[in-house]
Amino acid sequence: MMLDELGAFVLCLALALSLAQLALSGRGAARRSMVFSQAGQAAAISTFACVALAFAALIHAFVTSDFSVANVAANSHTEKPMLYKVAAAWGSHEGSILLWCLMLTGYGAAVAVFGRGLPQRLKALVLSVQGALGVLFLGYTVLASNPMWRLAQAQTPVEGNSLNPLLQDPALAAHPPILYSGYVGFSVVFGFAVAALIEGKIDTAWARWVRPWTLMAWSLLTVGITLGAFWAYYELGWGGWWFWDPVENASFMPWLAGAALLHSAIVTEKRGALPGWTVFLALLGFTFSMLGGFLVRSGVLTSVHSFAVDPARGILLLSILGVTAGSGFALFAWRAPALKPGGVFAPVSRESAMVVNNILLTACAATVLLGTLYPLIREAMGGETVSVGPPYFNLTFIPLMAVAIVLIPLGPLLSWKRADARGALQRLWAAAAAAAGTAILGLLLVSPRKALACLGLGAGAWLIGGAAVELAERIRLFRIPLAEARRRLRGLPRGAYGVALAHAGLGVFVLGASFETSWRVEAAEALGQGGHMALGVYQVSLGAVIQVDGPNYIAERGPLVVTKADGTIVCRAAPERRFYPAGGQTTSEVGICGRGLDHIYLVLGDRRQGAEGDPAWLVRAYVNPWVRLIFAGPFLMALGGALSLSDRRLRLAAPARKKPPVSA
Amino acid sequence: MKRPLLILAAVACMGAAADPAERLVDPVAEHRAKALFNEIRCLVCQNESIDDSQAPLAADLRRIVREQVSAGRSDKDVLDFLTARYGAFVLLKPPFDMGNALLWLGPFLLVLGGLGGLAYVSRRRETAVALSPEEERRLQSVLDQAPD
Repeated sequence: MMLDELGAFVLCLALALSLAQLALSGRGAARRSMVFSQAGQAAAISTFACVALAFAALIHAFVTSDFSVANVAANSHTEKPMLYKVAAAWGSHEGSILLWCLMLTGYGAAVAVFGRGLPQRLKALVLSVQGALGVLFLGYTVLASNPMWRLAQAQTPVEGNSLNPLLQDPALAAHPPILYSGYVGFSVVFGFAVAALIEGKIDTAWARWVRPWTLMAWSLLTVGITLGAFWAYYELGWGGWWFWDPVENASFMPWLAGAALLHSAIVTEKRGALPGWTVFLALLGFTFSMLGGFLVRSGVLTSVHSFAVDPARGILLLSILGVTAGSGFALFAWRAPALKPGGVFAPVSRESAMVVNNILLTACAATVLLGTLYPLIREAMGGETVSVGPPYFNLTFIPLMAVAIVLIPLGPLLSWKRADARGALQRLWAAAAAAAGTAILGLLLVSPRKALACLGLGAGAWLIGGAAVELAERIRLFRIPLAEARRRLRGLPRGAYGVALAHAGLGVFVLGASFETSWRVEAAEALGQGGHMALGVYQVSLGAVIQVDGPNYIAERGPLVVTKADGTIVCRAAPERRFYPAGGQTTSEVGICGRGLDHIYLVLGDRRQGAEGDPAWLVRAYVNPWVRLIFAGPFLMALGGALSLSDRRLRLAAPARKKPPVSA
Repeated sequence: MKRPLLILAAVACMGAAADPAERLVDPVAEHRAKALFNEIRCLVCQNESIDDSQAPLAADLRRIVREQVSAGRSDKDVLDFLTARYGAFVLLKPPFDMGNALLWLGPFLLVLGGLGGLAYVSRRRETAVALSPEEERRLQSVLDQAPD
């Protein structure tokens, strides 16, 4: 239909426009020409408009089930619910790369529109880098992975192949756009880093512009990763939420680099120190993002989450990664030595705390990278094939992170330049007491007794307590009259709340993760109708299993009732085992009951022959204690990021006149 | 989809080790076997342990592990047996040996290197900021000569 052709055309136009953006902005920066720079900005905005139009055309093709488009025929089906017809637009390889391009050009347009306060040359350079990235990724889309490719009339099928039913889920419909907006958000930071290296100058003003973009990308990435983990938790059907799988690691590496960058950018902004390191992390963030996209899409590593992989095009993606990261780091090696080292600081100071934080976070990211790529490295060096699984990460990543967690509450209490470590430690007595109390309570109250898990609980309490102490210190709680302290609390900048919330959110996550992984209860039995089994303190019994016809599946639904010993009903759920005839796949739809912080998690398995020849179903049930904290924690961290982002001092579109003119 | 096998593998992984038909009667031995399952890779699956996988090979491996555990063999014996049979690929925790030194020591060396670098830079900075004795003497002479 007409719209498909229009989509294919505007996609080519977008490629041409991003080439124009690269050239015009580049010339604008080189000649310090306002005219060329503004033409480059216009090109950035039009590129985005074109990609958005192409994306709309693709969604339209999915919504109308236009199977003459190869991508739609391969990934859609007329009987699929509307939400998943739309979501299928980014469920395939081609569609997801187009989504990547949409985000990339969207950020380019955002810099053009909202970057009013930016010095003209810096802005032109950033847009030029964005244009170069656009040329690479749009070129790849148009030439090698065009989602608009048509099938010949004779090949057009009557019915499509449908989307993998595992992906037909609301959380997963939202997961790729949010994750990608996080991944690609680092492209702006990458652009700023390259621009700074070309200009040979990094100052506090530069760091001030980099920080909001980093905050935004990092917060979105946090939400995206958490949605993915939540999806794995309830859709894969065995209650796990993190598997140290290559695809998960791929999204975790940019997150860690982004977290390090957030902290080092603060040092560069406030103290002018660590300029080279901050630029390095800014380059690293987007490199990890691209590496993530490549690992997920190329299928070079086997993963439980590989859905749309294509090794041949993986080589092209690897080349884009090589060219981009290679030129970025080459530029860094060439220009970074010329950067002036900034402010001096004593070994005990907030700067040092941030550096140690950065060393640990970067080492964590490197550990994840090493563990993920090690099988490839070992094989390439002619060694035997090895596997690196969760036990490795538990033994390396967790100890490193544990050290970081011990140090986190200390950082905000140290002063810049030269600090008093003993004073800061003394002020943390309340947090230390909370940590010790929580760990001891855990040892006394929870059975079976697990010392390491209780240390984890203590660490969570330490982080939350530390965040509270930091806020209390800022408002001088108990040292000045309460009314005065309350007034100070209201007057605190949002960034201060953001820091406390993000650190406390990590604590909430650590509490939940320690508790859930150590004390989950599970049971599995083959139950016939009316059969029951014990699940910790509960009883689970199965009612009559019925057949259900869904929109594009048929299912067996098993009503389960969970009761306490005295017979009171705790939870009713009806997990399903679904069969999707379009692709011939079976999935399980779990039943989850929330009980405070816990989940009772129920799965209906396959039908088998029970005793006396009656049909029976394999029923698995789990009590996942405190599991809600695992997902709440990262959302609090993202919320902390959003709060900091809304701080007046950092707002994206903050007009320049509110700040003293930053003559660079 | 392009690779139906792959997706089936993803669907099949549902904590298969919990199947009551497979379980050992002795709870202590079953507990030990279950801990071992998490360290053993399902060789034909997409990056899963045999604890999770429903593939027939994973079921076979679980049967082997359970048999050996009930026969009283140690964890190390069981893992050695599987490594001899299938190679190091079967272990989700690579052995701590020379070949894997980079893997196991890398993260900690990186931290040590980073801390060493920090110490070096801050020492160099401090000496750069402090005046040398020669500079101190010249400063003093300038101050002495200055009219009060």
